[in-house]
Amino acid sequence: MKILVPIKRVVDYNVRVRPTTDHTAVEISNAKMSMNPFDEIAVEEAIRLKEAGIASEVVVASFGVKQCQETIRTALAMGADRGIHVETDVELQPLSVAKLLKAIVDKENPGLVILGKQAIDDDANQTGQMLASLLNWGQGTFACGIKVESETVVVTREIDGGTQTLSLKLPAVITTDLRLNEPRYAKLPDIMKAKKKPLESFNPEDLSVDITPRLKLLEVTEPPKREGGVIVDDVAALLDKLRNEAKVI
Amino acid sequence: MQREKMEYDVVIVGAGPAGLSTAIRLRQLAIENDLELTVCVLEKGSEVGAHILSGAVFEPRALNELIPDWKDKQAPLKTAVSEDEVYFLTSPDKAYKVPNLFVPKPMHNKDNYIVSLGNVCRWLAERAEELEVDIFPGFPAADVIIDEANVVRGVITNDMGIAADGKQKDNFEPGMELIGKYTIFAEGCRGHLGKRLTEHFKLDDNSDPQHYGLGIKELWEIPEAQHKPGLVIHGAGWPLNESGSTGGFFLYHLENNQVSVGLITDLNYSNPYVSPYLEFQRFKHHPQIKQYLKGGRRISYGARAITKGGYFSLPKMVMPGAIMVGCDAGTLNFAKIKGSHTAMKSGMLAAETVVEALSNGDEGGQTLTNYVERFNASWLHEELQSSRNFGPAIHKWGPYIGGAYNYIEQNWFAGKLPFDLHDNSKDHQQLKNKQQANKIDYPLADNSISFDLLSSVYLSSTNHEEDQRCHLKLSNADTPVTINLKDYDAPEQRYCPAGVYEIVTSEKGEEQMQINAQNCLHCKTCDIKDPTQNITWISPEGGGGPNYPNM
Ligand SMILES: Cc1cc2nc3c(=O)[nH]c(=O)nc-3n(C[C@H](O)[C@H](O)[C@H](O)COP(=O)(O)OP(=O)(O)OC[C@H]3O[C@@H](n4cnc5c(N)ncnc54)[C@H](O)[C@@H]3O)c2cc1C
Ligand code: SF4
Repeated sequence: MKILVPIKRVVDYNVRVRPTTDHTAVEISNAKMSMNPFDEIAVEEAIRLKEAGIASEVVVASFGVKQCQETIRTALAMGADRGIHVETDVELQPLSVAKLLKAIVDKENPGLVILGKQAIDDDANQTGQMLASLLNWGQGTFACGIKVESETVVVTREIDGGTQTLSLKLPAVITTDLRLNEPRYAKLPDIMKAKKKPLESFNPEDLSVDITPRLKLLEVTEPPKREGGVIVDDVAALLDKLRNEAKVI
Repeated sequence: MQREKMEYDVVIVGAGPAGLSTAIRLRQLAIENDLELTVCVLEKGSEVGAHILSGAVFEPRALNELIPDWKDKQAPLKTAVSEDEVYFLTSPDKAYKVPNLFVPKPMHNKDNYIVSLGNVCRWLAERAEELEVDIFPGFPAADVIIDEANVVRGVITNDMGIAADGKQKDNFEPGMELIGKYTIFAEGCRGHLGKRLTEHFKLDDNSDPQHYGLGIKELWEIPEAQHKPGLVIHGAGWPLNESGSTGGFFLYHLENNQVSVGLITDLNYSNPYVSPYLEFQRFKHHPQIKQYLKGGRRISYGARAITKGGYFSLPKMVMPGAIMVGCDAGTLNFAKIKGSHTAMKSGMLAAETVVEALSNGDEGGQTLTNYVERFNASWLHEELQSSRNFGPAIHKWGPYIGGAYNYIEQNWFAGKLPFDLHDNSKDHQQLKNKQQANKIDYPLADNSISFDLLSSVYLSSTNHEEDQRCHLKLSNADTPVTINLKDYDAPEQRYCPAGVYEIVTSEKGEEQMQINAQNCLHCKTCDIKDPTQNITWISPEGGGGPNYPNM
């Protein structure tokens, strides 16, 4: 069985971002970019399935600017077998990504697509679900456990206050949650080997997918600043402030 | 432990201007001479540039030699210096503008550019990769390999996935040996391996003690009306002079309404109550500085020590199998407060030396004394030699008289006066006992020009994997309390620009040192200034540390 893992290049989780001066975007010039952490978990899970003899090949795909190839190389260094890059400078929204993925699935025929549950930059949490419905496949989202059986995959999902276990018919779409696994560190020799692993590159037109954005971003703003606290002299002063300033009692 | 090995002709530690220039020059010469030569560069930051923090007014002399067509290759040297001003801040609200005529020549910045050195390094790394240099960001060199014959054979990268209690975690990955015919150490100021090599090979036996400063810097975006692209301002005086400390400040207007503002505090300060961080915060309130910052927003913060001893403090830079270059050795020109062009040049000279040796059939492991000859014959030597007295003069006589001396020596005699001034004191031995020192009352942050420490550290985007061994090693666990707290009121609480060291009271009511290693900015100040040299900075797991975007 082949596993397809889509990976997104996002601003690193350590980088403190801020809106651009004109509030139309997030300022990321020269900021450190990394693989979306949930996608790293997805890559790790796919590699483990391959190491366990369940998967035969792990293919990673990333869409966007040229530098996405670096992200693909990171996944190849972790142990994925080959990469697919669809190059575009257009801002990609979840539906476009899902459509591009469908086109790749049609070409590659994987038995399983494992995605991150969401990307830490826009937190959309939509692509996996959209892909499942475009493909008309079953979906197991927020996975914290995956067990592949012959015709099915058993997915344990994180839900409010506990877990839920589903059995899906293969092929299927799975999205990963934080507790699924702890991704490995890439080793130096594997980073070298990754440079030589196959990486195919396409344009969105090659796949006949329309990626025109459909959502318009109106504004990006910083969260309101927290005001400094004050120390009040006694209970009476506290009550007075709660009543007359904060107006909560 | 049996470790995996990888071999290269040359292994370089550190992807700063020195390391990257070494790599580029090596591969250029290899191609010119049709020599097979493999080169790798290890970098502890999560990416090239992530740990680079500099002013920076960049003198393109070395770059012109290394990559003459840098303009066509779109090097990020975008803002040429247009004006140069020097101030002496005489009080919290007064300044004396030093007439241009009286500014020592090395402090003039004609033909220089205001840059983000981090971005210059990112660009240099791309050039190096085009020349087939393997760059490995996120892989610190943790240790040096010295064989039985006392020859440096390479380095070992950090083990990954070891928990705070020393146990291997599930994702444990042992470090690797990187073996090189020659290893070039380019770790920048106070490299932790450079320090070890200096001790091991006694490299500084014939030099003056090294001197350091702590540079704290912020990047601001300011209102367009206050922005003058190309303006360079330097100066000294207030607030450091209030505590009898020395140092200097800079304020550079870059592109995109950004200014880079910083204060360098000489680490030979003597009052243990000095907080370089709070000195910097109050410095920004001086009207001369505030006029540019007001109404702006701060976008980044960071700190890094500089090696500033200069000519007389330069150690022996060669040893069997290795060369030490750039600020790891101490090639910064303190008269100009510039170290990037000299770091680059020293790396280029090292590359030329190594290629010459290897093409003559050298199998590696030699002490390349030719490097010293090349160094001595280069403009780098001339530049450092002529400003040799600059730092010692200020250390000896303070900024007024020392400054006057520098003016006369540099402008009238072009650095050729037949005197040598030496400074044999050590920075970490200068602290006065707390009883002999006055506490300093620093003003509270106003949250528009000055800020509290933690909100600053936040802007450095620093982080370290939480569950790992502490990378700030204490030789003696009690010293922070029995000596540092008792005699100096725990100065590490104040000199660390990231709030890593904190005296806390335990449940039993005992005072103890808590080390918040996760916040560390890798500035190396604690390794330098700790009065009993009890703190040793070692490399944390790869990728840890600040993530500076444009610093
Ligand atoms: C506040 C400030 C202002 C300055 N202003 C100017 C200026 O205006 N003009 C100017 O020319 N110079 C300026 N300098 C000096 C200049 O930044 C340095 O001289 C220059 O960066 C030195 O280059 P380097 O390559 O030797 O070291 P660095 O730039 O320090 O680079 C060393 C690199 O090695 C990496 N490294 C270190 N140890 C290891 C290890 N063990 N394993 C792997 N990687 C490692 C580090 O992460 C870093 O990336 C300033 C410095 C400071 C701090
Ligand atoms: S712990 Fe040491 S190296 Fe780290 S930021 Fe503080 S002073 Fe600098």
